[in-house]
Amino acid sequence: MTSFDVMFYVIAAITLFSAGVMVFSKNIIYNAMGLLFAFFGVAGIYVMLGADFLAATQLLIYVGGILVLLLFGVMLSQRITGLEMRTDTLQILPAAIVCGGVAAILLWMIWKTPWPKADIGPPEPTTRNIGTLFMTDYLIPFEIVSVLLLAALVGAAFIGRRNAQ
Amino acid sequence: MRELIETLQSDQSFFAGLPPAVLTLIFLVLGAVFFATVMALNALVMVYAERKVSAWMQDRMGPMEVGPHGILQTLADAIKLLLKEDIVPAAADKRLHWFAPFLIFAVPCAAFVALPYTREFVFTNFDIGVFYVASITSLSVIAILIAGWASNNKWALLGGMRAAAQIVSYEIPAGLAIIVIVMQVGSLNFNDISLAQDGGIHRWFIWRYFPFNLIAFVIFYLATLAECNRTPFDLPEAESELVAGFHTEYSGFKWSIFMLAEYAEMLIVALVGAALFLGGWSSPIPGFLNSGAWGVLWFGLKGAFLMFTYMWLRWTLPRLRVDQLMHLSWKVLTPFSFACILGVGLWMLI
Repeated sequence: MTSFDVMFYVIAAITLFSAGVMVFSKNIIYNAMGLLFAFFGVAGIYVMLGADFLAATQLLIYVGGILVLLLFGVMLSQRITGLEMRTDTLQILPAAIVCGGVAAILLWMIWKTPWPKADIGPPEPTTRNIGTLFMTDYLIPFEIVSVLLLAALVGAAFIGRRNAQ
Repeated sequence: MRELIETLQSDQSFFAGLPPAVLTLIFLVLGAVFFATVMALNALVMVYAERKVSAWMQDRMGPMEVGPHGILQTLADAIKLLLKEDIVPAAADKRLHWFAPFLIFAVPCAAFVALPYTREFVFTNFDIGVFYVASITSLSVIAILIAGWASNNKWALLGGMRAAAQIVSYEIPAGLAIIVIVMQVGSLNFNDISLAQDGGIHRWFIWRYFPFNLIAFVIFYLATLAECNRTPFDLPEAESELVAGFHTEYSGFKWSIFMLAEYAEMLIVALVGAALFLGGWSSPIPGFLNSGAWGVLWFGLKGAFLMFTYMWLRWTLPRLRVDQLMHLSWKVLTPFSFACILGVGLWMLI
């Protein structure tokens, strides 16, 4: 058991445990905290695969952006307006059957697939390659994504402005 | 670090017996303890320095009682804080109340690893060094939000929200200013950035591509100052506004963790500013004390100078109101940083 394996199992355990907390907890803020550690775990898995830029981006965007947005939304809607948000489990038996079925199918699929074992050397930096690809092969998707983000920004500013009238 | 483990395993017979996993764990724990100690010592020195600098600027003496010229004052404060009763509000969420100081302490601890201390030896030679530090420091937003929420206190919550909004807004000009420098180096690696500035004070990035790099430095300085919640951007912690903002309900040791983390964050942004704009570990006089461990001295001196300016600014400028804060970030710093990127890009092409 190399240290790589140990690291992988630790990170996977953290991710799965936090995902469990995120799904099963009754308190919405605990769900958000579970999501935080799940994102951390996924960033760790990216690092283990050698995708360093992607791991840092995951932290910056998912934790520093999306999770903050989520927390703002939850916090502003819960205590201040007096609306009590509870998370409950309804229809436990049908849900368990469906979830169990989907899980069984996924596990069977993962077990049956012959995963090829890639023998990559020490991980090399990916930033330069990502940048080059953005500017050459994937230029149009890059620009379209920028336009999409601009549209979201303009929409948010428009919705958030105070009425001039 | 792999090389370190390999050398240890080949030389010392004691270490050769241990599996690499155990060695990695030992090094990780040692590294974490080392950086936690660095953070604690930094807070010790910085709190004393802040009190003395503010005192001298206000024409008074500052702490003089405890130890010669009050040197042991921070130690006495630390002991007092350790002995204080740890009060958690009755209706507050105990787990989250306990968790927020952990996260906010871990964030600067993790960022210390990537900084370029010397020419030869770095703790980890990240190829995405700058990006890593930027993304790790954005995690402190979560800690502040949780601290504000877990206190079960309207003002703490508002303070937390304001701090989060402030940090998130000022990340943008800071990142754009970093891009100005990264464009000129072509690499996100801190060592490459320091190497590009090697060879004397005239090679530092702050003087090159005038005036764009200088404006980028000012933008970076202000933006990271706001990210640390320092005056003039310390509305989230202002005593006259929100009692103490997001750390109102924290007492004793947990409060000192927040202060530790704030000073550590200041140290990190000062060191990153020194690495990006002021030459990192290279000495200002070409060839003089430019190699080996002297890099730490120069790096530390530049970082200390920037921290002195942070304290100077704190006791000189009044606090900005929240809407002035947001206006500054979105309507002043961001457009100027875009202009800098454009200017430097055009300059580099022509």
